[in-house]
Amino acid sequence: MKRIIPMWIAIIGGFAMMLSSFVPLAESAGEMFADVFNVVAAIAFVLGAGSLAKQHLEKLSRRDAGWGYSIITLGSFLITLFIGLGKIGIHPNEQFPQAPYSGSNEMEGSAFGWIYEYMITPLTSTMFALLAFFVASAAFRAFRAKNTEAILLLVTAFIVLLGRTFAGVVLTGWFPDWASGLRLENLSIYVMQVFNTAGNRAIMIGIALGVAATGLRILFGIDRSWLGGGDA
Amino acid sequence: MTRQSKTWLVLGAVFVALLVARGMIGQGLGRVYVKRTDVTVKLPEAAVNNAAGAPSALASGSTNASTTTAATQAMETPAAASTASSSATTISWQEWKQVTPLEFNAAQKANPAQTEITLSWPRTIGLWLAAFFTLAIFSFLYADNPFYKIAESLVVGVSAAYWGVIGFWDTLVPKMFGALTPGLVKSLVQPSLVAPEKLQQISMIFALILGVMMLWRLLPRGGWISAWPLAFIVGVTAGLKIVSHVESDLMAQAAATMKPLFVSVTDASGATNMWDSWWASVANVLLVAGVICCLAYFFFSVEHKGVVGGAARVGIWYLMITFGASFGFTVMGRIALLAARVEFLFDDWLWLIDPNHFRGL
Amino acid sequence: MSSGNFNNTNASVRPWFERLDRIDRRWIFLLMFLAVAGPILWIGVTGKTLPEAPTLAARAVFEEIDHLPARTLVLISFDYDPASAGELQPMATSLVRQCAAKNLRMVFIALWPLGNQVAQQTIQDVIRDDYPALKEGDDFVNMGYQAGNEAVMKLLLTDFAKAFPKDSRGEATSNIPMLKDVKMVSDFPLLISISAGYPGSKEWVQYVISAYNEKMNFVTGCTGVSAPQLYPYFPQQIAGLLGAIKGAAEYESMVNASLAVDGVATPPKYLQAQRRMGPQLVAHLLMVGLIIVGNMIFFARKRRGAA
Repeated sequence: MKRIIPMWIAIIGGFAMMLSSFVPLAESAGEMFADVFNVVAAIAFVLGAGSLAKQHLEKLSRRDAGWGYSIITLGSFLITLFIGLGKIGIHPNEQFPQAPYSGSNEMEGSAFGWIYEYMITPLTSTMFALLAFFVASAAFRAFRAKNTEAILLLVTAFIVLLGRTFAGVVLTGWFPDWASGLRLENLSIYVMQVFNTAGNRAIMIGIALGVAATGLRILFGIDRSWLGGGDA
Repeated sequence: MTRQSKTWLVLGAVFVALLVARGMIGQGLGRVYVKRTDVTVKLPEAAVNNAAGAPSALASGSTNASTTTAATQAMETPAAASTASSSATTISWQEWKQVTPLEFNAAQKANPAQTEITLSWPRTIGLWLAAFFTLAIFSFLYADNPFYKIAESLVVGVSAAYWGVIGFWDTLVPKMFGALTPGLVKSLVQPSLVAPEKLQQISMIFALILGVMMLWRLLPRGGWISAWPLAFIVGVTAGLKIVSHVESDLMAQAAATMKPLFVSVTDASGATNMWDSWWASVANVLLVAGVICCLAYFFFSVEHKGVVGGAARVGIWYLMITFGASFGFTVMGRIALLAARVEFLFDDWLWLIDPNHFRGL
Repeated sequence: MSSGNFNNTNASVRPWFERLDRIDRRWIFLLMFLAVAGPILWIGVTGKTLPEAPTLAARAVFEEIDHLPARTLVLISFDYDPASAGELQPMATSLVRQCAAKNLRMVFIALWPLGNQVAQQTIQDVIRDDYPALKEGDDFVNMGYQAGNEAVMKLLLTDFAKAFPKDSRGEATSNIPMLKDVKMVSDFPLLISISAGYPGSKEWVQYVISAYNEKMNFVTGCTGVSAPQLYPYFPQQIAGLLGAIKGAAEYESMVNASLAVDGVATPPKYLQAQRRMGPQLVAHLLMVGLIIVGNMIFFARKRRGAA
């Protein structure tokens, strides 16, 4: 019961989606399932938020190492939730002044907008920017021309790094027209449109075959590993 | 005091000294100005009648509106909060739009007593906080430290709540609550809501049940109940992916690889351009050969020996070039992100540069 | 971190490559910071930018938009958040500017939770500030964010209003004048996605373009990380592709040139990408230098080992 019903839910949902691409009669079923999926996806955000709160509350109650940071996480979580769900500081939309919650959380000057502008933006974008430093350090330490494959990787990286900036123009821009294909900016295009396209296309074809095979195994009930318990 | 603590102390002192010095030179630094606009909106007649009649959702809504207005103002200029007003027929509030220091200076010059454009304390504090967070995360480059950990904890907490709030207001309210409790959504959130169809209501009941089952996961017992919505997600995703991947990543890619191995490029006069034709043909040959060789490398059902082995070896070379290109592009991307953060520090916060001519430097 | 923690206290007798190899990585971090900060300060003070020569993929984006007749409906999907805005915002700004200047009718959507906020900001910076005559609901509309990733795309294939039931002002989709003839996504002759990953350009190709390849054209601007994976779709499924900040700079220069007015300088907010190519140049040179030095160390050590 605990495994059979979920398996059939997956089979029905999957086949409905698949058939909706080919059979006009199944189109409305596919549409309905997609609509339900979208709402369930939004509820998954609530689940994610709930899981985070639960995990940090547990950490806090056990007084695990670094529990002080859990207070910060939980505090910022609850404040953001309160401001956002309550639409604190949001006036109604001009078009619908009669509806008190018609205003958008994203409006300029709102408390929620403040969190976006001065917390989420600097925090997330700086986190991403940190990688620029680590990639430089890694290039210095690990990017070694040890064999043919490594040399190919290295030379391609050089072509792309130089060809995608003004350095390419300065270094090879003087090449005569008949050798213009060897200019770094043109070489980088050639690399992307020929070699990179070939490599990535083969990877994509491989992934597509893998996705189709795995998907069909799930829809035919052969693969049940996603249900847990290990009896695939 | 450890060596690291001493270094932090020295770095901090130097930084604060530089900041103070910067604040005393020229126009100063790190301030945000806003322009006030008073907005008065007339309530629709039906709404006014309703509000006058009974303690309906709308009536409480009107009260709520004036409360939220006051909160907006409290965010900007606490002193002005009391000026918010809401009468039976109109509702009014104040809006603040960010303006440049240049506009503030011009307004001050024209009328030093003006109050339309003012310094926004919440936004100025926000800007300094944003600068602090940026530096706190960069401080990880020196060593892991409490500032970084605080920033990291904040990212997690704020982001999770932010996503939850957006999911609630943008999807759950218009779609699920709009179908299940249309009256409430219409009066409180979206007066333009279209009456839901029966089928829509049924599917949203289905979604609600699945959602509740999914949230069951948070409870200590009955975790298996969440397998049902998980099954729905897995099944629908599989059904969607099978078709799309086969169509766009298998069939379409195979078709795009079936290219002519000899290409004739003609110029404007209609004559064949030998060099261009040669390069275009070489490109097509390299592309087709590359895809086949890479696929040979991924084909593990045959031992990589002889022709297949040779092809697989060439395939590896292609893949190495592919990874090299990916590396180059990744570096490019990360540096652009770093540049954006440094621009923020130098421009928005420290006012060292003025690329957007906001301050007329 | 290994600052100064050499195992051998007699560091001065070590050969140069050993000393260089053990250099504290924080010096490399500092070099990277200077490589980025220096050009930003220089460009910030002088206002000079480097010239750009548009490549085929970027030209294709410009031309796809340029050849559309005025009032054509364009669907613009903001599939990124502030974390990737450093790379993608310049593209978004220029794309919206070209569409606004061409008087195309723009419908904004977001498949990333924070995409709606970024779209809102772009609408403010470009449309409301520089094209105030464009009216919300008639000339442009922001439909906001919807959860569900590819399932939203699936819904768009058959019913636009079901996928996006209201705009960001709370107006029902059926009441929005510019959408009265829109039933499904294929009613948009052009789809633009500004994408930082999943869901984004790749999923648009997989779920929408592969179904409506003959009815719709698709152009995209994406991050450096995802650009190489999108090249196999170009030009059959993706008509034009802006890869990373370089693609943004090329496209930005084309849009600026097409909208240039004699004697009037391009507003600086439309030069974001070209300004960012300065730090990009120096940082790329640093990366190349670091790799070369790293390999010099490698070969010097190998030679010593062989000797």
